[in-house]
Amino acid sequence: MPESKSDVLQGTLDLMVLKTLESMGPLHGYGLARRIEQVSENTVSLNQGTIYPALLRLEQRAWVKGEWGTSETGRRAKFYSLTRSGRKQIAQETENWERVAATMARFLAPFS
Amino acid sequence: MTWIRVLLNRCSAFFRTRQLDADLDEELRAHIELAMEEYRAHGMTEQQARTAALRAVGGVTQVRESYRVQRGLPWLEEIVRDIRFAFRKLLHSPGFALTAILTLAVGIGANVVVFSVLNGILLRPLNVPQPNNLVQIAGEANRGDSQSYPDYRDYQDRNQSFTGMLAYKIIHVSTEIDKSLSQSWGNAASGNYFDVLGLQPALGRFFHASDEHGLASAPYIVLSYDFWQSHFAASPNIVGKVVFLNRHPLTVIGVAPKNFHGTDFFFWPDYWIPAVNSQQVTGWDDFDWRRHREFTLLARLKPGVTQQQASQNMGAIARQMAKEYPDDQGLTLTARKPGPSGNSDNPVKKALLGMTLLALLVLLAACANLASIFAARAADRSSELAIRLAIGSSRWAVARQLLTEAILVSLVGGIVGTFFARLVLGVLSHWRPGDFPSQFLIAPDVRVYIVAIVLSIGSGIVFALLPARQVWKTDVVEAIKSNYVAAGSFRRFAMRDALLLIQVAVCTLLVTSSLVAVHGMIERLRAPLGISTKGVTLAQVDLQMAGIPDPQSRLTQKRLLDAAAAIPGVTAAATSDYAPFLGVWGWSVYSWDTTQFVPTNVAFDAITYSVSPGYFQVAGTHLKTGRDFTQEDKPGSPTVAIVNETFARRMFGTTRVVGQRFKLFDPVRLEIIGVVEDGKYIDPGEDTQPAIFMPYAQGIGPYMVSGPVTVLVRSHLPPDQIADALRRSLSQVVTTAPFSILTWSDAIDRSMVPVRTATLVLGVMGLIAAILAVTGLFGMASYSVSKRMKEQGIRMALGAQRIQVMRSTLSRPVLILIIGACAGLIGGMLAARLLAHLISFPSTSDPLLLACVALFMMMLGLIGTWIPARRALAIDPARLLRES
Repeated sequence: MPESKSDVLQGTLDLMVLKTLESMGPLHGYGLARRIEQVSENTVSLNQGTIYPALLRLEQRAWVKGEWGTSETGRRAKFYSLTRSGRKQIAQETENWERVAATMARFLAPFS
Repeated sequence: MTWIRVLLNRCSAFFRTRQLDADLDEELRAHIELAMEEYRAHGMTEQQARTAALRAVGGVTQVRESYRVQRGLPWLEEIVRDIRFAFRKLLHSPGFALTAILTLAVGIGANVVVFSVLNGILLRPLNVPQPNNLVQIAGEANRGDSQSYPDYRDYQDRNQSFTGMLAYKIIHVSTEIDKSLSQSWGNAASGNYFDVLGLQPALGRFFHASDEHGLASAPYIVLSYDFWQSHFAASPNIVGKVVFLNRHPLTVIGVAPKNFHGTDFFFWPDYWIPAVNSQQVTGWDDFDWRRHREFTLLARLKPGVTQQQASQNMGAIARQMAKEYPDDQGLTLTARKPGPSGNSDNPVKKALLGMTLLALLVLLAACANLASIFAARAADRSSELAIRLAIGSSRWAVARQLLTEAILVSLVGGIVGTFFARLVLGVLSHWRPGDFPSQFLIAPDVRVYIVAIVLSIGSGIVFALLPARQVWKTDVVEAIKSNYVAAGSFRRFAMRDALLLIQVAVCTLLVTSSLVAVHGMIERLRAPLGISTKGVTLAQVDLQMAGIPDPQSRLTQKRLLDAAAAIPGVTAAATSDYAPFLGVWGWSVYSWDTTQFVPTNVAFDAITYSVSPGYFQVAGTHLKTGRDFTQEDKPGSPTVAIVNETFARRMFGTTRVVGQRFKLFDPVRLEIIGVVEDGKYIDPGEDTQPAIFMPYAQGIGPYMVSGPVTVLVRSHLPPDQIADALRRSLSQVVTTAPFSILTWSDAIDRSMVPVRTATLVLGVMGLIAAILAVTGLFGMASYSVSKRMKEQGIRMALGAQRIQVMRSTLSRPVLILIIGACAGLIGGMLAARLLAHLISFPSTSDPLLLACVALFMMMLGLIGTWIPARRALAIDPARLLRES
């Protein structure tokens, strides 16, 4: 394969979902999956289905909540939106992630 | 606290599976349709769009599965599924399920019964505040559970280990309440008894050390709660009422708390009286005699003092006192846990531990039994299991399924077993040997139920291990072929061979030990009693209880004898203080030249009877040499005795002892005028003991004239009739105490209750083991052979002789059977010897009996192997190869 797609890192999908919901407002599962693919410019290989266990995980923690609604094409679908604690969680998760990323960057930078 | 929210969420999802599944399906459908809309907009056909959408989702089933794992409680769901499946499986083969459940019910039931008794007697602490720092002061090993009152007072003064030490003893007296007379059992206790225990009365007050001002200074009585309820209708005005014990008035001052039943493990006293008043009531001098060791001592450890330190402290005091007082020579003391559990040599404890071992062996045999049945079942289901493995089930999932099935069976078996155990325990706890008010608190408590559950699950796991192991080893590719033979069957020594070995060994052990024990007991019970009980009725009364003082007691005894002899139909009558199997008394015997009457000079202890002339004729005891007592053996004439042969042999080394002399204590010098045959005196299973008979009229020094009197009459009349006549005429002589009247055979029966119970328990265990052996050996042996039928078929097809095939089929099982039977036999003999030691009967290892057991076991195994082997031979080899 010419271009290699990396698997979604454990835990990163949750943050992607939260951030997407924060910027886009309520979305259904398909919309979320597509949006994540677009933003990552197809560099992550995401089975769209894996979005659902992730959404359930976030729902169980009450960071997102799902409600049945109607799509723009008039189809019944479940729409997910951020909750207040979900919003708070984004800050926390972002900080965590930046710390990890910074650490990794330090390792990957050429030794000076 | 996110995890709590997640857990709650998962739990709620667990109960809404169906609806949530539908929701997810709809969501996924919406997802795919939305994707298809987009793909169609890019110009794909309907079919292409669908394929692309499904590919993008990445497998609807996988999504659904991982979603489910995230959603509910997956392990719980799996267990529920496993249990449901196990139920269905078991319902499909009810015969198998029933056998397994009953086998386990027997094994676990036996264990629950034994453990409940163990729990009730050994593990349960006394029902007093802070039972943990309460210790018993007693002699080392089995010597001296009882201590004397003078010693007790010395211990109290000298120890540095205890905040308080109490003493008590059991008394048996007549009770007169509102003119109605009965017998009762209570405690005579030191004044600090309740204070050391830390109890508060339910009503009134307790007596205290400050109430004691010397002998007979505290005529008080504290009633037990139960006695207050049963004899005084729980009257709130009871305090101040006067009760007569042995005709001595005592004032009720209080009632003990409801759940306090004294400080003995088998005995619940009706009341407590101060020990300073017990001499007045019982007429028995406990206070000044260092040698009258009648009291049980309990003490509270000081804070910070360990039981070991206290024990050393008491040991030092004992050594010191042994030097100071001749009566305390050889005294040893320890501080240990109260009751049977603290005493390492206690026979009850040993017997219980022995029983526990037996019960566990029964369970082990049951487990081995079930393991083989389960293994056979798993092998029969091997293609089902293989298919499950082949289509992607994990080995763990399949093994867990088998485990669930096993544990389900064992739990049901455990429940059934515990239910039966409760019934048995209910009967046992109401068991009263004789008129002694014994109590057994052996109703199962939480601890017992926990043990039952642990045993059930444990045995389930034990017998599921074998089939689970098979699953683990299954080669899926091989297994899915129709001719699957379970893995490991061609190895030299397979697991099932080990099982067969264990089973033969354990069952032989159990059957052997119980047979030997039962045989020994029966032998023992058939030993001559030295009396002829036929047609003899006994009437016993306590003259001390009746309030008849010493000087009159000889006269009363004479009048009782005359009254009994005058009853029409009575052919002979005699009296004694006690009679064999109806009470016992004993004295230490000293040789004639003894001047120091101290424990180290004691020749031995002998059972003593004070009898009237003619006693031996009524009792049917044969006089070997010398003469019987006559009316001339009266006070003032030389004091004489008749001894039994064991006495003669132990004292003088011969039975020609007429004219020889010995002493009991200082003023009591006795000349032997006759020798009678040996007999049994306390229970029919005892070793022969030395016994002394003395004329009642001469008394024993200053002692024991006013005490129990037993009238023995011989008659041809029916026992009921003679009992009525005795009661009528004797009650006119002694009006102030009740008579207990029974036939001598009944008295013996009563004394045999413990031996009979032990025999019954052992017999039942042996029977259970035998049944387990029959079913288990048979099944295991035939299973073992049937596993190799195909191999034998091939050999037959290749032209092997029948005899060769037969030999190779049978040689291994037979070898295992022989090894197992021998091991079991040796184990059984050792166990029987241990039992003999525990329950005190002679270990008569009858070689013929043992050979029979071993042969029986081997025959069982042989038949079990023979039948399938024959079947294998009878089958046409070609068919055998084709089919299995």
